Amino acid sequence: MLVLLGIAVVVLGFIVRANPLLVVMAAALTTGLAAAWTPEADMNAMLAAATATLAAFGKAFNDARYISVVWLALAAIGLLERAGLQERARAVIANVRAATVGRLLWIYFIVRQGAAALGLTSLGGHAQMVRPLVAPMAEGAAEVRFGALPDRERFLIRSHAAAADNIALFFGEDIFIAISSILLIQDFLKNSGIIVEPFALSLWAIPTAIAALAIHSLRLMLLDRRLRAALKPGARS
Amino acid sequence: MITLAHAYIVGGLFFTAIAVLSARDGANPRRLVNAGFWGLLATSFLAGQYLGDIGNGILVLGLVAFAVLGLGQGKPATTTPEQRRESAARNGNLLFLPALIIPAAALIGTLVAKQTDWGARLIDPAQATLISLVLGVLIAASVVMIWLRPPPLAPLQEGRRLLDSVGWALILPQMLASLGAVFLAAGVGDQVGRLFSEYMSLDTRTLAVAAYCLGMALFTIIMGNAFAAFPVMTAAVGLPIVVQHFGGDPARVCAIGMLAGFCGTLMTPMAANFNVVPANLLELPDRNAALNGVIRAQIPTALPLLLANILLMRFLAFPS
Repeated sequence: MLVLLGIAVVVLGFIVRANPLLVVMAAALTTGLAAAWTPEADMNAMLAAATATLAAFGKAFNDARYISVVWLALAAIGLLERAGLQERARAVIANVRAATVGRLLWIYFIVRQGAAALGLTSLGGHAQMVRPLVAPMAEGAAEVRFGALPDRERFLIRSHAAAADNIALFFGEDIFIAISSILLIQDFLKNSGIIVEPFALSLWAIPTAIAALAIHSLRLMLLDRRLRAALKPGARS
Repeated sequence: MITLAHAYIVGGLFFTAIAVLSARDGANPRRLVNAGFWGLLATSFLAGQYLGDIGNGILVLGLVAFAVLGLGQGKPATTTPEQRRESAARNGNLLFLPALIIPAAALIGTLVAKQTDWGARLIDPAQATLISLVLGVLIAASVVMIWLRPPPLAPLQEGRRLLDSVGWALILPQMLASLGAVFLAAGVGDQVGRLFSEYMSLDTRTLAVAAYCLGMALFTIIMGNAFAAFPVMTAAVGLPIVVQHFGGDPARVCAIGMLAGFCGTLMTPMAANFNVVPANLLELPDRNAALNGVIRAQIPTALPLLLANILLMRFLAFPS
């Protein structure tokens, strides 16, 4: 039971808004110490447990470097921003009369979800697509209709651009049979003596994918409504 | 053959350059903190495999210390908004092309490495997407350098501008993955699963399905990762109760159960690379709040979708 203290540290850390890196480190050490604690454990034993936890954390951190290597993309994205990529994205969308924030994000959602369902999960992402293209286009679509945006609406639109990318990815990728979550499920069931085909797993991801599309389409319609109500000239009191 | 080790060297050199440029940035009063942070990250990429486990642990403590001291925002030389508008008008839609090189290279590289013999000799198939992505970045940056001829340091300075806007949150996903490894070794998941199955009386199909789906979402909110929640909740509730006791079809129960976990991912700051990193990249003012703008935009989709998953599992997963 004591090992659950680590989770308590995480929750507490978020409540007091401490630096999340510090919270994660503290949670790891708490968990390692709690797992080693017995009424007989002396100072030396606890010190050894702390060292062992730090080593385990260091090993895992080193093994997980692949997660952070994608940041290299910021060098190329930054170069393109310097050359006016965001401004171009806004200008292009300004010429599309029918474009609204909701419709634009809806089209991005469909393309992203469809591509992910075909296993093309790398077509998208926050650094590669959302910051340089999707968010500026969505802001551009709103600016054409309503003029300069107040901060509140600008940040709402940006948040929705990131949300569309996440939701489309999560509820598209499981339809593809060779994605890591499908392989994890198959592996887990195999260890429990149940053999399933990856195809069966991906097939039963489709109903949820349709539900996600339906729910988020409605949300994006409501987003357009909300923006119209808040930003239409004369509607503001 | 190009392997992940080569990608780490490229990444390490990039972060080294960022550290040096940060140290020389007189406009940033916290430039030495920035230089220390990026320098340690560069060390991890260039020499992590030689430091040993405890050495890497101490390196992480250093990163945390710099993050707590507080990184500043560097002021690299960049173009003005007017120059950008002018360049956007002059270069037109051709500007989109280099941006599309990165995902295109990731895609083509992955396919070539996994599907062809010569591709597998060129790029390590096990890490094909990451390696191809790095190659795509190098190609895209080279195209822009040759085409638009910005100053030679521009890719590093522009990269630093964006890295500083993300700040320490950059390594939060890597830190959370490491925390997951410590949790796993200490048996945290098993304990949560035991609590869940001991204190719940799940005597109807609907209750069992609801408990499994809500458990997946809640545990994912705590761990930040549905992959960590899945083995625990499925071993505690999904398999013994929903499948074995009530006769659910294992493929359908597990497929929908995992997606119920994904609804949790949309609602938690612990899923840093999906929810915290974009808030930093998009420079949202509430990026450090537990429920930042991205999460608040996602919750109204996540909750009805979680309910939809419960209903789908209840009505689809019991074929007999």
